[in-house]
Amino acid sequence: MNINLTLFGQTIAFAIFVWFCMKFVWPPLTLAMQERQKKIAEGLDAAGRAERDLQLAQERAAQMLRETKEQAAEILDRANKTANAIVEEAKAQARSEGEKLILGAKAEIDLEVNRAKDQLRAQVAALAVTGAEQILQSSVDGAAHNDLVAKLASQL
Amino acid sequence: MADTPAEYIQHHLQNLVYGSHPDKGWIIAQTPEEVKAMGFWAVHVDTLGWSLFMGLIFITLFRIAAKRAVTGVPTGLQNVAEMCIEFVQGIVKDTFHGKNPLVAPLALTIFVWVFLMNSLKWIPVDYIPGLAHAMGLPYFKIVPTADPNGTFGISLGVFLLIIFYSIKVKGIGGFTKELSFTPFNHWALIPFNLFLEIIGLLTKPLSLALRLFGNMYAGEVVFILIALLPFYVQWGLNVPWAIFHILVIPLQAFIFMVLTVVYLSAAHEDHH
Repeated sequence: MNINLTLFGQTIAFAIFVWFCMKFVWPPLTLAMQERQKKIAEGLDAAGRAERDLQLAQERAAQMLRETKEQAAEILDRANKTANAIVEEAKAQARSEGEKLILGAKAEIDLEVNRAKDQLRAQVAALAVTGAEQILQSSVDGAAHNDLVAKLASQL
Repeated sequence: MADTPAEYIQHHLQNLVYGSHPDKGWIIAQTPEEVKAMGFWAVHVDTLGWSLFMGLIFITLFRIAAKRAVTGVPTGLQNVAEMCIEFVQGIVKDTFHGKNPLVAPLALTIFVWVFLMNSLKWIPVDYIPGLAHAMGLPYFKIVPTADPNGTFGISLGVFLLIIFYSIKVKGIGGFTKELSFTPFNHWALIPFNLFLEIIGLLTKPLSLALRLFGNMYAGEVVFILIALLPFYVQWGLNVPWAIFHILVIPLQAFIFMVLTVVYLSAAHEDHH
């Protein structure tokens, strides 16, 4: 158990090791550790933020879906209404057109009937005059009796 | 090798000394008498060599880890280095409240270096001394912390740091005041305070060095005693004792480190 120069040798070695450790070992390692810690913290933070974002996006998507559905329903409704209106309009138009056609046809029929009646009347009158002439044996003055025949014909 | 048990033990506890002999000049001491004659002007080659070797292992491994340090997932060596650093950082954070970039690396160096030097005890006591003997060296002792020069060398460094930071933080006046007026704040008790405080101050490096030295030396002696037994019973005692040192070796390194941090923390505390 003798103390000698070794003591100082050991102290110097110790000082050099401590200095080296402080200069070249401790800073890079602790820096790496700190950076890793920061990275992990940032990662966790980002994960939290992403989760929140996801939730928001999901809510927005749900809302959009709801709105779209409403819009679609509205459009469908409106389309149905329009279709109904068109159908009704077409029906009304068809009906009025039909009526118009019927009326025209009726008028034509009346016209034809009247014409036929007039023809018939004239023919009957002529026939009557002819008949009467034959009966009276030409003693009848056509001119004198024309009024009479016309009156007769109008009564038919 | 030596014949009697006493000689065997003596032989194993003698360092390899290179020093200045009054008559023969600078030589390697061949006998304890020569060592005694050399006095202070001698160097324990084995202690210095092994402690430097262990220190270089520490420095090299940690430097490699620091060079390759990545912020991503650490592997292998970096993991080990970071584990040590985190462990030391935790202790320094808990016990040291000042701001000093030296303390944590200092604590790391002490912890790992002392641990490595202590762990040389696991090498069977006859292996390396036997090898050295075959190479013609008279003595060889490989555990630097079982040599008081080794432990006092470190604690001397710590002591100088304590003094340096006491003066740096408190100023010479403040430091003197602290030594003179604690624990009793009265002018009449200044001599008594000084006596007490200086003893307290000197006890710090002494306790650091002697605790480590005592533990390692005693363990070494027990290993040597076990080595004296017949070889077929040695394992029965050797193995448990070595397993026990799994506890002792890190524990002593840890205590040395923690006390260093505590002492330095006290040196940084200004009460005025």
